[in-house]
Amino acid sequence: MRKLLLFALLIGGLFYLKRRREAGREHIHLHFDDGSTVTLADDGLDAQPLLALARPAL
Amino acid sequence: MSIVWPVDVAPALADLTEISSQVDAAAVVDADGAVLGSTLAAELETERLVRAGVGLLEAATSRFGSSGRSVTQLEAALREGSLFVVREEGLGIVARTSAGPSSGLVLYDLRTCLRAVAATKKKSSKPRSRAAKKPEAADA
Repeated sequence: MRKLLLFALLIGGLFYLKRRREAGREHIHLHFDDGSTVTLADDGLDAQPLLALARPAL
Repeated sequence: MSIVWPVDVAPALADLTEISSQVDAAAVVDADGAVLGSTLAAELETERLVRAGVGLLEAATSRFGSSGRSVTQLEAALREGSLFVVREEGLGIVARTSAGPSSGLVLYDLRTCLRAVAATKKKSSKPRSRAAKKPEAADA
């Protein structure tokens, strides 16, 4: 039981850290009229020109 | 870019900033990109915000849109903050928030603001109803 609890804590902690790291990264999130969405991470070539367009407003 | 104020969007923007504490600044534009209203006092700052938002939407649509679909909402999340653009019913709203906002909530609030503006626009563009007709044969 104790091992299971430790394992669950470990998985939860890793998941939390992953979410935190992703939230801190620059990205572009697009929603389309057909209901689909696209997320462009800052390390992708597609996101850079769009991030550069947004920067002056911030 | 011209700044015109044909529709009173101030109440909708005031509601938005009151409800959504994460929104620092917002501007409503029409289909042509003309500013209908803004929470920013400085015209230059409004233009910068709108130019970035409209440019971002156009660039995203031309890059990722197709004949069957177009971008209706977007979020550009940067370290300094986030820029949101929502397009609906021939209107658009560009908003700036601090870093790490609750994207879903902000988008919901922006859509609500746009719908309020659209309702005001419809109301103001409706022809005024004529005064009650006088009975033709009143003295007959």
